[in-house]
Amino acid sequence: MSSARNNLFVILSMFGVWQITYWAIGDLALRPPLDTIRNAWSLIGSEGFMAHLNETLQAFTFALAIAVTVGVALGFCLGMNRLAGEVGEPLLVSFYSLPKITLYPIVLLIFGIGMPSKVAFGAIHGIMPITIFTLGALRNLPPILGRTSKVLRLTRWQSVWTILFPAARPEIFTGLRLGFSLTLIGTLLGEMFASQRGIGFLLMQAIGLHDTDRIMALTFLIVGFAITASLMLLAINRHLRHGAA
Amino acid sequence: MKPATALRLGLITLIVLILEILSRSGAISRFVAPPPSEIVVDLGRLLLSGRVQPAIGQTLGKITIACALAIAVGTLVGVVVQHFRAVADTLSPFFTAYYAVPIYAFYPMMIAIFGIGEAPQIVIGFMLAVVAVVVNTISALDRIPRVFRKTAAVYGMSTLEAARRIYLPHAGPYLATGVKLAVSYSFIGVIGAEFIMSRIGIGHEIVFAYNNFENQVMYPLILFVLLAAGTVNWVFYAWEKRLLSRRSRS
Repeated sequence: MSSARNNLFVILSMFGVWQITYWAIGDLALRPPLDTIRNAWSLIGSEGFMAHLNETLQAFTFALAIAVTVGVALGFCLGMNRLAGEVGEPLLVSFYSLPKITLYPIVLLIFGIGMPSKVAFGAIHGIMPITIFTLGALRNLPPILGRTSKVLRLTRWQSVWTILFPAARPEIFTGLRLGFSLTLIGTLLGEMFASQRGIGFLLMQAIGLHDTDRIMALTFLIVGFAITASLMLLAINRHLRHGAA
Repeated sequence: MKPATALRLGLITLIVLILEILSRSGAISRFVAPPPSEIVVDLGRLLLSGRVQPAIGQTLGKITIACALAIAVGTLVGVVVQHFRAVADTLSPFFTAYYAVPIYAFYPMMIAIFGIGEAPQIVIGFMLAVVAVVVNTISALDRIPRVFRKTAAVYGMSTLEAARRIYLPHAGPYLATGVKLAVSYSFIGVIGAEFIMSRIGIGHEIVFAYNNFENQVMYPLILFVLLAAGTVNWVFYAWEKRLLSRRSRS
Protein backbone atom coordinates (compact mmCIF):
# COMPACT_ATOMS: atom_id res chain seq x y z
CA MET A 1 0.00 0.00 0.00
CA SER A 2 2.78 2.40 0.93
CA SER A 3 4.48 1.70 -2.41
CA ALA A 4 1.31 2.80 -4.21
CA ARG A 5 1.35 6.01 -2.18
CA ASN A 6 5.04 6.53 -2.98
CA ASN A 7 4.40 6.04 -6.70
CA LEU A 8 1.57 8.54 -6.58
CA PHE A 9 3.88 10.97 -4.84
CA VAL A 10 6.60 10.58 -7.48
CA ILE A 11 4.09 11.05 -10.29
CA LEU A 12 2.65 14.16 -8.66
CA SER A 13 6.11 15.62 -8.15
CA MET A 14 6.93 14.95 -11.81
CA PHE A 15 3.87 16.99 -12.73
CA GLY A 16 5.10 19.66 -10.33
CA VAL A 17 8.57 19.80 -11.90
CA TRP A 18 6.95 19.92 -15.33
CA GLN A 19 4.74 22.86 -14.36
CA ILE A 20 7.69 24.74 -12.82
CA THR A 21 9.82 24.09 -15.92
CA TYR A 22 6.98 25.47 -18.00
CA TRP A 23 6.89 28.62 -15.91
CA ALA A 24 10.66 28.94 -16.28
CA ILE A 25 10.91 28.31 -20.04
CA GLY A 26 7.61 29.55 -21.29
CA ASP A 27 5.38 28.83 -24.20
CA LEU A 28 8.14 28.37 -26.75
CA ALA A 29 8.65 24.63 -26.51
CA LEU A 30 6.55 23.40 -23.63
CA ARG A 31 2.92 23.11 -22.70
CA PRO A 32 1.71 22.97 -19.11
CA PRO A 33 0.50 19.59 -17.76
CA LEU A 34 -3.21 20.39 -17.74
CA ASP A 35 -3.22 21.61 -21.36
CA THR A 36 -1.27 18.53 -22.39
CA ILE A 37 -3.74 16.19 -20.73
CA ARG A 38 -6.58 18.00 -22.46
CA ASN A 39 -4.75 17.79 -25.80
CA ALA A 40 -3.98 14.13 -25.28
CA TRP A 41 -7.64 13.47 -24.54
CA SER A 42 -8.83 15.20 -27.69
CA LEU A 43 -6.08 13.44 -29.66
CA ILE A 44 -7.37 10.06 -28.49
CA GLY A 45 -10.86 11.03 -29.62
CA SER A 46 -9.68 12.42 -32.95
CA GLU A 47 -10.37 10.68 -36.21
CA GLY A 48 -7.85 8.06 -37.28
CA PHE A 49 -5.91 8.03 -34.03
CA MET A 50 -7.23 4.62 -33.08
CA ALA A 51 -5.97 3.17 -36.37
CA HIS A 52 -2.48 4.49 -35.65
CA LEU A 53 -2.60 3.22 -32.08
CA ASN A 54 -3.79 -0.16 -33.26
CA GLU A 55 -0.95 -0.37 -35.75
CA THR A 56 1.64 0.44 -33.09
CA LEU A 57 0.17 -1.99 -30.58
CA GLN A 58 0.17 -4.72 -33.20
CA ALA A 59 3.80 -4.09 -34.16
CA PHE A 60 4.79 -3.88 -30.51
CA THR A 61 3.01 -7.15 -29.63
CA PHE A 62 4.70 -8.98 -32.50
CA ALA A 63 8.09 -7.53 -31.65
CA LEU A 64 7.72 -8.36 -27.97
CA ALA A 65 6.61 -11.92 -28.75
CA ILE A 66 9.67 -12.41 -30.97
CA ALA A 67 12.02 -10.76 -28.46
CA VAL A 68 10.75 -12.88 -25.55
CA THR A 69 10.73 -16.18 -27.44
CA VAL A 70 14.09 -15.74 -29.11
CA GLY A 71 15.66 -14.05 -26.09
CA VAL A 72 14.67 -16.72 -23.57
CA ALA A 73 15.48 -19.57 -25.97
CA LEU A 74 18.88 -18.12 -26.82
CA GLY A 75 19.55 -17.47 -23.15
CA PHE A 76 18.81 -21.11 -22.32
CA CYS A 77 20.96 -22.39 -25.19
CA LEU A 78 23.91 -20.33 -24.03
CA GLY A 79 23.24 -20.72 -20.32
CA MET A 80 23.11 -24.52 -20.32
CA ASN A 81 26.34 -24.98 -22.21
CA ARG A 82 29.37 -23.49 -20.54
CA LEU A 83 31.48 -23.12 -23.66
CA ALA A 84 28.64 -21.64 -25.72
CA GLY A 85 28.05 -19.12 -22.95
CA GLU A 86 31.69 -18.09 -22.83
CA VAL A 87 31.83 -17.72 -26.59
CA GLY A 88 28.52 -15.93 -26.92
CA GLU A 89 28.25 -13.58 -23.96
CA PRO A 90 30.85 -10.94 -24.97
CA LEU A 91 29.32 -10.88 -28.45
CA LEU A 92 25.86 -10.31 -26.97
CA VAL A 93 27.06 -7.61 -24.61
CA SER A 94 28.84 -5.73 -27.35
CA PHE A 95 25.85 -5.97 -29.67
CA TYR A 96 23.62 -4.75 -26.84
CA SER A 97 25.69 -1.60 -26.43
CA LEU A 98 25.98 -0.69 -30.11
CA PRO A 99 23.95 2.24 -31.41
CA LYS A 100 21.38 0.09 -33.16
CA ILE A 101 19.81 3.13 -34.74
CA THR A 102 22.68 3.12 -37.26
CA LEU A 103 21.41 -0.24 -38.48
CA TYR A 104 18.06 1.17 -39.50
CA PRO A 105 19.00 1.80 -43.15
CA ILE A 106 20.03 -1.86 -43.38
CA VAL A 107 16.79 -3.03 -41.75
CA LEU A 108 14.89 -0.85 -44.21
CA LEU A 109 16.75 -2.25 -47.20
CA ILE A 110 16.00 -5.78 -46.07
CA PHE A 111 12.40 -5.46 -44.86
CA GLY A 112 11.13 -2.40 -46.72
CA ILE A 113 8.94 0.32 -45.28
CA GLY A 114 6.09 -0.89 -43.13
CA MET A 115 5.13 -3.45 -40.54
CA PRO A 116 7.98 -5.99 -40.92
CA SER A 117 10.77 -3.48 -40.42
CA LYS A 118 9.06 -1.96 -37.37
CA VAL A 119 8.71 -5.39 -35.82
CA ALA A 120 12.32 -6.22 -36.68
CA PHE A 121 13.54 -2.97 -35.19
CA GLY A 122 11.59 -3.50 -31.96
CA ALA A 123 12.74 -7.10 -31.65
CA ILE A 124 16.41 -6.20 -32.26
CA HIS A 125 16.23 -3.82 -29.30
CA GLY A 126 14.47 -6.27 -27.01
CA ILE A 127 16.24 -9.58 -27.63
CA MET A 128 19.64 -8.73 -26.15
CA PRO A 129 18.67 -7.67 -22.61
CA ILE A 130 16.35 -10.67 -22.29
CA THR A 131 19.08 -13.06 -23.45
CA ILE A 132 21.69 -11.52 -21.18
CA PHE A 133 19.43 -11.66 -18.12
CA THR A 134 18.36 -15.26 -18.85
CA LEU A 135 21.98 -16.28 -19.26
CA GLY A 136 22.91 -14.59 -15.99
CA ALA A 137 19.94 -16.13 -14.19
CA LEU A 138 20.91 -19.65 -15.25
CA ARG A 139 24.53 -19.12 -14.34
CA ASN A 140 23.64 -17.94 -10.85
CA LEU A 141 21.49 -20.97 -10.06
CA PRO A 142 22.86 -23.16 -7.29
CA PRO A 143 24.74 -26.10 -8.85
CA ILE A 144 22.74 -28.52 -6.72
CA LEU A 145 19.76 -27.99 -9.02
CA GLY A 146 21.73 -29.32 -11.98
CA ARG A 147 22.91 -32.29 -9.94
CA THR A 148 19.37 -33.00 -8.77
CA SER A 149 18.11 -33.20 -12.31
CA LYS A 150 20.97 -35.58 -13.12
CA VAL A 151 20.13 -37.80 -10.14
CA LEU A 152 16.50 -37.87 -11.21
CA ARG A 153 17.65 -38.77 -14.75
CA LEU A 154 15.58 -36.04 -16.27
CA THR A 155 15.93 -35.39 -19.96
CA ARG A 156 17.29 -32.01 -20.96
CA TRP A 157 13.82 -30.78 -21.81
CA GLN A 158 12.31 -32.04 -18.54
CA SER A 159 14.99 -30.41 -16.44
CA VAL A 160 14.49 -27.10 -18.24
CA TRP A 161 10.75 -27.23 -17.77
CA THR A 162 10.48 -28.56 -14.22
CA ILE A 163 13.64 -27.28 -12.52
CA LEU A 164 15.69 -24.61 -14.29
CA PHE A 165 12.91 -22.41 -15.61
CA PRO A 166 10.91 -22.18 -12.35
CA ALA A 167 14.09 -21.47 -10.39
CA ALA A 168 15.36 -18.79 -12.76
CA ARG A 169 11.94 -17.25 -13.37
CA PRO A 170 12.19 -14.15 -11.14
CA GLU A 171 15.46 -13.05 -12.68
CA ILE A 172 14.33 -13.83 -16.22
CA PHE A 173 11.31 -11.68 -15.53
CA THR A 174 13.58 -8.78 -14.57
CA GLY A 175 15.14 -9.12 -18.01
CA LEU A 176 11.67 -9.15 -19.56
CA ARG A 177 10.86 -5.90 -17.78
CA LEU A 178 13.87 -4.19 -19.37
CA GLY A 179 13.17 -5.94 -22.66
CA PHE A 180 9.62 -4.58 -22.59
CA SER A 181 10.84 -0.98 -22.33
CA LEU A 182 13.50 -1.41 -24.99
CA THR A 183 11.18 -3.19 -27.41
CA LEU A 184 8.72 -0.32 -27.01
CA ILE A 185 11.34 2.30 -27.80
CA GLY A 186 12.65 0.16 -30.67
CA THR A 187 9.20 -0.14 -32.21
CA LEU A 188 8.58 3.58 -31.84
CA LEU A 189 11.96 4.42 -33.37
CA GLY A 190 11.20 2.06 -36.23
CA GLU A 191 7.94 3.89 -36.78
CA MET A 192 9.60 7.27 -36.60
CA PHE A 193 11.97 6.43 -39.44
CA ALA A 194 10.46 3.63 -41.39
CA SER A 195 6.72 3.94 -41.48
CA GLN A 196 3.72 5.88 -42.69
CA ARG A 197 1.53 4.78 -39.80
CA GLY A 198 1.61 4.40 -36.06
CA ILE A 199 2.29 6.53 -33.00
CA GLY A 200 5.97 6.95 -33.86
CA PHE A 201 5.03 8.24 -37.31
CA LEU A 202 2.59 10.75 -35.76
CA LEU A 203 5.36 11.89 -33.45
CA MET A 204 7.86 12.33 -36.27
CA GLN A 205 5.25 14.21 -38.26
CA ALA A 206 4.58 16.52 -35.31
CA ILE A 207 8.32 17.08 -34.87
CA GLY A 208 8.58 18.00 -38.54
CA LEU A 209 5.71 20.46 -38.24
CA HIS A 210 6.96 21.90 -34.91
CA ASP A 211 3.51 21.15 -33.54
CA THR A 212 4.38 21.42 -29.86
CA ASP A 213 0.84 20.65 -28.66
CA ARG A 214 0.89 17.35 -30.45
CA ILE A 215 4.50 16.44 -29.56
CA MET A 216 3.72 16.96 -25.89
CA ALA A 217 0.44 15.06 -26.04
CA LEU A 218 2.01 12.05 -27.81
CA THR A 219 5.05 11.98 -25.55
CA PHE A 220 2.74 12.20 -22.54
CA LEU A 221 0.72 9.21 -23.75
CA ILE A 222 3.85 7.14 -24.49
CA VAL A 223 5.49 7.98 -21.16
CA GLY A 224 2.22 7.27 -19.33
CA PHE A 225 1.93 3.88 -21.01
CA ALA A 226 5.58 3.03 -20.31
CA ILE A 227 5.36 3.97 -16.63
CA THR A 228 2.04 2.18 -16.06
CA ALA A 229 3.28 -1.00 -17.73
CA SER A 230 6.60 -0.82 -15.90
CA LEU A 231 4.91 -0.46 -12.51
CA MET A 232 2.59 -3.37 -13.24
CA LEU A 233 5.45 -5.60 -14.38
CA LEU A 234 7.41 -4.65 -11.28
CA ALA A 235 4.47 -5.68 -9.07
CA ILE A 236 4.34 -9.07 -10.84
CA ASN A 237 8.11 -9.38 -10.47
CA ARG A 238 7.91 -8.77 -6.71
CA HIS A 239 5.16 -11.33 -6.47
CA LEU A 240 7.32 -13.90 -8.32
CA ARG A 241 10.31 -13.26 -6.11
CA HIS A 242 8.13 -13.64 -3.06
CA GLY A 243 6.79 -16.92 -4.36
CA ALA A 244 10.30 -18.21 -5.07
CA ALA A 245 11.73 -17.33 -1.68
CA MET B 1 39.05 -18.88 -21.52
CA LYS B 2 41.56 -19.16 -24.37
CA PRO B 3 39.66 -21.70 -26.52
CA ALA B 4 36.49 -19.64 -26.05
CA THR B 5 38.23 -16.56 -27.44
CA ALA B 6 39.53 -18.54 -30.41
CA LEU B 7 36.07 -19.97 -31.06
CA ARG B 8 34.53 -16.51 -30.85
CA LEU B 9 36.96 -15.13 -33.41
CA GLY B 10 36.31 -18.16 -35.60
CA LEU B 11 32.56 -17.58 -35.37
CA ILE B 12 32.89 -13.93 -36.37
CA THR B 13 35.16 -14.84 -39.28
CA LEU B 14 32.67 -17.48 -40.41
CA ILE B 15 29.76 -15.00 -40.37
CA VAL B 16 31.75 -12.43 -42.35
CA LEU B 17 32.82 -15.12 -44.79
CA ILE B 18 29.23 -16.29 -45.32
CA LEU B 19 28.12 -12.70 -45.95
CA GLU B 20 30.97 -12.29 -48.41
CA ILE B 21 30.02 -15.44 -50.31
CA LEU B 22 26.30 -14.63 -50.32
CA SER B 23 27.00 -11.16 -51.59
CA ARG B 24 29.53 -12.20 -54.23
CA SER B 25 27.27 -14.95 -55.54
CA GLY B 26 24.40 -12.50 -55.83
CA ALA B 27 22.13 -14.15 -53.23
CA ILE B 28 22.22 -10.80 -51.42
CA SER B 29 21.72 -8.20 -54.10
CA ARG B 30 24.28 -5.46 -54.39
CA PHE B 31 21.50 -2.96 -53.88
CA VAL B 32 20.94 -4.30 -50.36
CA ALA B 33 24.53 -4.75 -49.27
CA PRO B 34 27.97 -4.88 -50.86
CA PRO B 35 30.34 -7.67 -49.78
CA PRO B 36 32.19 -7.01 -46.48
CA SER B 37 35.60 -6.85 -48.14
CA GLU B 38 34.42 -3.99 -50.36
CA ILE B 39 32.97 -2.17 -47.35
CA VAL B 40 36.38 -2.28 -45.67
CA VAL B 41 38.14 -1.04 -48.82
CA ASP B 42 35.55 1.74 -49.20
CA LEU B 43 36.03 2.73 -45.58
CA GLY B 44 39.77 3.04 -46.13
CA ARG B 45 39.22 5.14 -49.23
CA LEU B 46 36.64 7.31 -47.45
CA LEU B 47 38.96 7.96 -44.51
CA LEU B 48 41.91 8.75 -46.80
CA SER B 49 39.83 11.17 -48.87
CA GLY B 50 39.39 13.31 -45.74
CA ARG B 51 35.77 13.97 -46.63
CA VAL B 52 34.26 12.63 -43.42
CA GLN B 53 36.92 13.66 -40.89
CA PRO B 54 35.14 16.85 -39.76
CA ALA B 55 31.93 14.87 -39.16
CA ILE B 56 33.79 12.20 -37.20
CA GLY B 57 35.58 14.78 -35.07
CA GLN B 58 32.31 16.60 -34.38
CA THR B 59 30.50 13.46 -33.35
CA LEU B 60 33.25 12.08 -31.13
CA GLY B 61 33.61 15.47 -29.44
CA LYS B 62 29.90 15.63 -28.66
CA ILE B 63 29.93 12.07 -27.35
CA THR B 64 32.86 12.86 -25.05
CA ILE B 65 31.15 15.91 -23.57
CA ALA B 66 27.81 14.11 -23.12
CA CYS B 67 29.48 11.15 -21.48
CA ALA B 68 31.67 13.20 -19.12
CA LEU B 69 28.69 15.29 -18.02
CA ALA B 70 26.57 12.18 -17.48
CA ILE B 71 29.24 10.55 -15.32
CA ALA B 72 29.77 13.67 -13.20
CA VAL B 73 26.09 14.52 -12.70
CA GLY B 74 24.96 10.90 -12.47
CA THR B 75 27.45 10.05 -9.74
CA LEU B 76 26.47 13.11 -7.75
CA VAL B 77 22.74 12.42 -8.04
CA GLY B 78 23.29 8.74 -7.29
CA VAL B 79 25.19 9.51 -4.09
CA VAL B 80 22.51 11.94 -2.90
CA VAL B 81 19.58 9.65 -3.78
CA GLN B 82 21.20 6.61 -2.22
CA HIS B 83 21.65 8.55 0.99
CA PHE B 84 17.88 8.64 1.38
CA ARG B 85 16.81 5.00 1.29
CA ALA B 86 13.10 5.72 0.82
CA VAL B 87 13.75 7.99 -2.17
CA ALA B 88 15.91 5.38 -3.89
CA ASP B 89 13.30 2.64 -3.36
CA THR B 90 10.49 4.84 -4.59
CA LEU B 91 12.33 5.93 -7.73
CA SER B 92 13.62 2.54 -8.83
CA PRO B 93 10.58 1.44 -10.93
CA PHE B 94 10.68 4.78 -12.72
CA PHE B 95 14.28 4.23 -13.76
CA THR B 96 13.25 1.15 -15.75
CA ALA B 97 10.35 2.98 -17.36
CA TYR B 98 12.73 5.78 -18.31
CA TYR B 99 14.27 3.65 -21.04
CA ALA B 100 10.92 3.34 -22.79
CA VAL B 101 10.61 7.10 -23.10
CA PRO B 102 11.45 8.24 -26.61
CA ILE B 103 13.98 10.86 -25.56
CA TYR B 104 14.29 11.95 -29.19
CA ALA B 105 10.78 13.36 -28.95
CA PHE B 106 12.21 16.11 -26.77
CA TYR B 107 14.59 17.14 -29.51
CA PRO B 108 12.48 20.06 -30.80
CA MET B 109 12.15 21.28 -27.22
CA MET B 110 15.92 21.08 -26.81
CA ILE B 111 16.38 23.17 -29.93
CA ALA B 112 14.01 25.77 -28.54
CA ILE B 113 15.88 25.84 -25.23
CA PHE B 114 19.49 25.41 -26.33
CA GLY B 115 19.33 26.77 -29.85
CA ILE B 116 20.38 25.19 -33.12
CA GLY B 117 23.83 23.67 -33.04
CA GLU B 118 25.47 20.89 -31.14
CA ALA B 119 24.07 21.51 -27.68
CA PRO B 120 20.71 19.72 -28.20
CA GLN B 121 22.46 16.56 -29.41
CA ILE B 122 24.80 16.61 -26.44
CA VAL B 123 21.82 17.01 -24.10
CA ILE B 124 20.08 14.02 -25.71
CA GLY B 125 23.19 11.88 -25.26
CA PHE B 126 23.49 13.11 -21.70
CA MET B 127 19.84 12.35 -20.89
CA LEU B 128 20.17 8.78 -22.13
CA ALA B 129 23.42 8.15 -20.29
CA VAL B 130 22.83 9.85 -16.97
CA VAL B 131 20.20 7.43 -15.66
CA ALA B 132 22.48 4.44 -16.17
CA VAL B 133 25.13 6.16 -14.05
CA VAL B 134 22.61 7.05 -11.33
CA VAL B 135 21.24 3.49 -11.17
CA ASN B 136 24.70 1.93 -11.01
CA THR B 137 25.98 4.41 -8.44
CA ILE B 138 23.03 3.56 -6.21
CA SER B 139 23.56 -0.18 -6.59
CA ALA B 140 27.32 0.22 -6.05
CA LEU B 141 26.79 2.09 -2.80
CA ASP B 142 24.10 -0.37 -1.72
CA ARG B 143 26.66 -3.15 -1.92
CA ILE B 144 29.01 -1.59 0.63
CA PRO B 145 28.76 -3.78 3.73
CA ARG B 146 27.81 -2.05 6.96
CA VAL B 147 31.00 -3.23 8.59
CA PHE B 148 32.97 -1.00 6.20
CA ARG B 149 31.01 2.04 7.32
CA LYS B 150 31.61 1.06 10.93
CA THR B 151 35.31 0.58 10.29
CA ALA B 152 35.49 4.06 8.82
CA ALA B 153 33.74 5.40 11.91
CA VAL B 154 36.08 3.50 14.23
CA TYR B 155 39.10 5.02 12.52
CA GLY B 156 37.48 8.41 12.78
CA MET B 157 37.72 9.02 9.04
CA SER B 158 35.99 11.96 7.45
CA THR B 159 33.40 11.09 4.82
CA LEU B 160 35.76 12.14 2.03
CA GLU B 161 38.64 10.11 3.37
CA ALA B 162 36.42 7.06 3.84
CA ALA B 163 35.11 7.49 0.32
CA ARG B 164 38.61 7.62 -1.12
CA ARG B 165 40.15 4.81 0.91
CA ILE B 166 37.27 2.39 1.48
CA TYR B 167 34.10 3.01 -0.51
CA LEU B 168 35.63 3.80 -3.88
CA PRO B 169 37.98 0.80 -4.01
CA HIS B 170 35.12 -1.46 -2.96
CA ALA B 171 32.47 -0.04 -5.25
CA GLY B 172 34.87 0.41 -8.18
CA PRO B 173 33.72 -2.44 -10.41
CA TYR B 174 30.04 -1.50 -10.10
CA LEU B 175 30.82 2.12 -10.80
CA ALA B 176 32.78 0.93 -13.83
CA THR B 177 29.60 -0.76 -15.09
CA GLY B 178 27.85 2.60 -14.93
CA VAL B 179 30.68 4.30 -16.81
CA LYS B 180 30.61 1.58 -19.46
CA LEU B 181 26.87 2.00 -19.97
CA ALA B 182 27.23 5.79 -20.03
CA VAL B 183 29.71 5.48 -22.89
CA SER B 184 27.44 3.30 -24.99
CA TYR B 185 24.31 5.34 -24.23
CA SER B 186 25.99 8.60 -25.15
CA PHE B 187 27.04 6.99 -28.44
CA ILE B 188 23.44 5.93 -29.02
CA GLY B 189 21.99 9.28 -27.99
CA VAL B 190 24.29 11.57 -29.94
CA ILE B 191 24.29 9.54 -33.14
CA GLY B 192 20.54 9.00 -32.90
CA ALA B 193 19.95 12.73 -32.52
CA GLU B 194 22.18 13.35 -35.53
CA PHE B 195 20.05 10.89 -37.46
CA ILE B 196 16.85 12.79 -36.83
CA MET B 197 17.70 16.36 -37.63
CA SER B 198 21.17 17.66 -37.85
CA ARG B 199 23.38 19.08 -40.54
CA ILE B 200 26.64 17.72 -39.21
CA GLY B 201 28.05 14.53 -37.75
CA ILE B 202 28.34 10.88 -38.69
CA GLY B 203 24.65 10.20 -38.12
CA HIS B 204 23.73 12.89 -40.60
CA GLU B 205 26.26 11.58 -43.14
CA ILE B 206 24.71 8.12 -42.93
CA VAL B 207 21.17 9.44 -43.49
CA PHE B 208 22.43 11.61 -46.35
CA ALA B 209 24.12 8.63 -48.01
CA TYR B 210 21.00 6.50 -47.47
CA ASN B 211 18.73 9.06 -49.06
CA ASN B 212 21.04 9.23 -52.09
CA PHE B 213 21.41 5.43 -52.40
CA GLU B 214 25.15 5.81 -51.81
CA ASN B 215 25.79 2.34 -50.45
CA GLN B 216 29.52 2.75 -50.93
CA VAL B 217 29.43 5.60 -48.38
CA MET B 218 26.65 4.40 -46.09
CA TYR B 219 27.99 0.93 -45.28
CA PRO B 220 31.57 2.05 -44.56
CA LEU B 221 30.23 4.74 -42.22
CA ILE B 222 27.96 2.26 -40.43
CA LEU B 223 30.95 -0.04 -40.12
CA PHE B 224 32.99 2.84 -38.73
CA VAL B 225 30.38 3.63 -36.06
CA LEU B 226 30.07 -0.02 -35.08
CA LEU B 227 33.87 -0.40 -34.92
CA ALA B 228 34.34 2.80 -32.91
CA ALA B 229 31.56 1.97 -30.45
CA GLY B 230 32.68 -1.64 -30.30
CA THR B 231 36.29 -0.75 -29.54
CA VAL B 232 35.41 1.75 -26.83
CA ASN B 233 32.96 -0.69 -25.26
CA TRP B 234 35.50 -3.47 -25.38
CA VAL B 235 38.11 -1.30 -23.63
CA PHE B 236 35.70 -0.50 -20.81
CA TYR B 237 34.51 -4.11 -20.64
CA ALA B 238 38.13 -5.25 -20.18
CA TRP B 239 38.69 -2.56 -17.56
CA GLU B 240 35.60 -3.65 -15.62
CA LYS B 241 36.71 -7.29 -15.78
CA ARG B 242 40.14 -6.38 -14.46
CA LEU B 243 38.70 -4.45 -11.54
CA LEU B 244 36.43 -7.38 -10.70
CA SER B 245 39.18 -9.99 -10.88
CA ARG B 246 41.52 -7.86 -8.80
CA ARG B 247 38.83 -7.70 -6.13
CA SER B 248 38.16 -11.42 -6.07
CA ARG B 249 41.88 -12.12 -5.57
CA SER B 250 42.22 -9.94 -2.51
